[in-house]
Amino acid sequence: MAATPPEPLASELTANAAEAHAKAARGRYLRTGGAIVALLVVVAIVDAFSHGAFLTPANLTNVLRQITYNAILAIGQTFVIITAGIDLSVGSLIELTGVVMAMFSNAVPLQGVPLVVATLAVGLAVGCTAGFVNAVPVVKLNLPPFITTLAMMLMARGLAFKLAHGRPVPVNSDAFDAVGTGFFLQGPLHAFGLPGIPIPVIWMAVLVAAFAILLTRTRFGRYVFAIGGNEEAARLAGISVATVKTLVYVISGGCAAVAGLLLMARFQSGSPQTGIGSELQSIAAVVVGGTSLAGGRGSVVSSFFGALLIGLLNNVMNLLGIESYTQDIVLGAVILLAVIVDELRKRYLSR
Amino acid sequence: MTPAAAPLLRMNGIVKVFPGVRALDGVSFDVHNGEVHALVGENGAGKSTLMKVLAGAYRADSGTIEIDGAKVTIDGPRAAEALGIGMIYQEFNLVPDLSVVDNLLLGHEPTRRGLLDRKAALTRSSDVLAELGIALPLTLAARRLTVAQQQLVEISKALLREARLIVMDEPTAALTEREIDALFALIAKLKARGVAFVYISHRLEELPRISDRITVIRDGRTVETRATADMPQSDLVRLMVGRPLDAHFPELPAVAAGAPIVLAVKQLSSASGVPVYDVSFSVRAGEIVGLAGLVGAGRTDIVRAIAGADVPTEGEVEVAGHRVAIHSPHSAIAAGIALITEDRKAQGLVLGMSVRENTTLAHLDAYERVGFIDRRAESAITLREIEELRIRTPSAEQIVRNLSGGNQQKVVLAKWLIGDAKVYLFDEPTRGIDIGAKAEIYALMLALLARGVGIVMVSSELPEVLGMSHRVLVVREGRIRGEFARGAATPAAVMALATGVAA
Repeated sequence: MAATPPEPLASELTANAAEAHAKAARGRYLRTGGAIVALLVVVAIVDAFSHGAFLTPANLTNVLRQITYNAILAIGQTFVIITAGIDLSVGSLIELTGVVMAMFSNAVPLQGVPLVVATLAVGLAVGCTAGFVNAVPVVKLNLPPFITTLAMMLMARGLAFKLAHGRPVPVNSDAFDAVGTGFFLQGPLHAFGLPGIPIPVIWMAVLVAAFAILLTRTRFGRYVFAIGGNEEAARLAGISVATVKTLVYVISGGCAAVAGLLLMARFQSGSPQTGIGSELQSIAAVVVGGTSLAGGRGSVVSSFFGALLIGLLNNVMNLLGIESYTQDIVLGAVILLAVIVDELRKRYLSR
Repeated sequence: MTPAAAPLLRMNGIVKVFPGVRALDGVSFDVHNGEVHALVGENGAGKSTLMKVLAGAYRADSGTIEIDGAKVTIDGPRAAEALGIGMIYQEFNLVPDLSVVDNLLLGHEPTRRGLLDRKAALTRSSDVLAELGIALPLTLAARRLTVAQQQLVEISKALLREARLIVMDEPTAALTEREIDALFALIAKLKARGVAFVYISHRLEELPRISDRITVIRDGRTVETRATADMPQSDLVRLMVGRPLDAHFPELPAVAAGAPIVLAVKQLSSASGVPVYDVSFSVRAGEIVGLAGLVGAGRTDIVRAIAGADVPTEGEVEVAGHRVAIHSPHSAIAAGIALITEDRKAQGLVLGMSVRENTTLAHLDAYERVGFIDRRAESAITLREIEELRIRTPSAEQIVRNLSGGNQQKVVLAKWLIGDAKVYLFDEPTRGIDIGAKAEIYALMLALLARGVGIVMVSSELPEVLGMSHRVLVVREGRIRGEFARGAATPAAVMALATGVAA
């Protein structure tokens, strides 16, 4: 008995817990901090090369607005990927919801905010239903989500083309102008040399915050992590794995609908081609943000930073006049690097 | 057995230590050409570890292996194969979608000018099979064969690789009587050609038919080797269980007279894993009922069905007198049933989550305030459990992956203790944890009894079942075969019932 090392007492534990909390927080800050430092270094170099075109309020605002759609898709994709799934259908769902919403807005006798709200509701209904359809074979037959969402990608794109007769559907109402191209706090911020905050950026910020809270502070969010970490343990703990997984795909479809609305509003039309490749962009954002495709880990905020990094990279390369083929090469290399770093980190942690 | 000829195989003083466990503690035995040597022992006696050493899957920490009198090193499956050792595990190693002939020659495919020579493969396989009188549909995919046919493929595979010693782990477990007869006939034929067998089986009654000698292993040591003819089954069972009951079990308080029945299981059947038939028993408040039996007898499947981990096909479960419909783990938990699973890493824990997150996972609804998780309450309950269960962790925020096995097991316990269930089902609660942590888990079970819960415990350690149960139910082939009151349960009697040998 005397030989056994002393057990920690509760009082010590409380102190330890506080310390561990601090340590974990430091770890988090270190990770996010590391990304920010890397960003700043890149920014400094780039700014030097771009003769000051990069670090202007107008350009940075522009970058934020450009990443809106990808960041919103990445929110839903994060939930899906944490459960060790994948959603390949979101790009097509942007198109399908965009086309349906454009047609709907032209068909109903509403105007102004009620029209926007009703249109969004229709888009959400379409997107969430598609997400539900994605999920059913996954939870009922244990089919790989790669397959079900790939099938949905093809079907949704085909349907969008069919409905739109292969052409963008123009939006007749001007009710969406503010949503797509408007600015918030244009007046006050103008004094600081800022063009104001683009409305889509507000949407993105609200969604990122809301879903980050959903993921980290609620029972649902905890279950998402538990299922991705160990689905069997989650099931035996009484969690309804099927319900949680289904909701995750519904959320992803809903995010695609919001992105669809913002794109439709920006271009004043619902186009059956705007979403091509978006699903891969959103997966890239999630992965660059450090979420493991193996599931169990991830964060909405990290995915936002992933989207931001990709957006900045694109912007910088545009400013430097790098041709688009080269841009793809660089982007691919960055994604690969991010995954390699993630893998090495995992190995280091598991030792 | 002429002493002049060196045995085909001699394993001498084999020791294998895993962290915290001495799995093999000096095992010695030998096998002669043309001999069937049976290896028997309780669950966990060390048979599988020994065979893995022979197959090159594990390296022994000390001891020697000799083939034909010459010392050899077996550092991998290839080396074992080159020495003429063929392993046939209980789970076959066939590629289900490849044809029988492709499986037979896997890794040894005949080629012609760099391309596969299918004709040569077919003739070579059919020649060997014809010589042995084995009939197999050579071009059929392996997945379409019966279990017995798959086993024949495995045996033929070993023979095609010119194996002189074939190790078979529980070869008859999944065979019908007729298939067993055919297998034994084949073994006899191969014996006549000088092929030797190491035959591992729990079915003691078949050993006189098939084996020449028997070696009993217990606690990682050779207990005795005897000619089968000189080994009556009663001796065999006695040698297998051997030791007296370990004294380190706490005193079990008697079940109060008239204590209410907290769990009643009636005619429960399940078909998910090992099929379970017609299981009925009850547990009183303050009582531990032990489920004894061999690995694969269906004990785990019984508790899984009660807990909704597998959905029972038939039967009723009553908790504290109320009938409950078990259709998912959730319904069982809601009814007050907690299952502490056997495999904590695969089923009990989310390893990448913290102690706190694992502790509250099954009862998170109780730690929720207006839709949000109340982390402070979570931390409070977790710290209480850390203290009560003496979980050695730097904090509640430690990732469970980084804890030792015993402490991980305590986190699993914490997860179910905070729910105040009425019935606790413990499946191998002390497997793979050290003796100190075991004692703590026993103490905890007593504390639970004092709360008035009922406990069902599955354990493969006979001393544990006997030492920690008020009653012992013996399970064999998915059915309860008998019941012993605490005093009446002797190791030999339980073992006899578990193996199907008339005591």
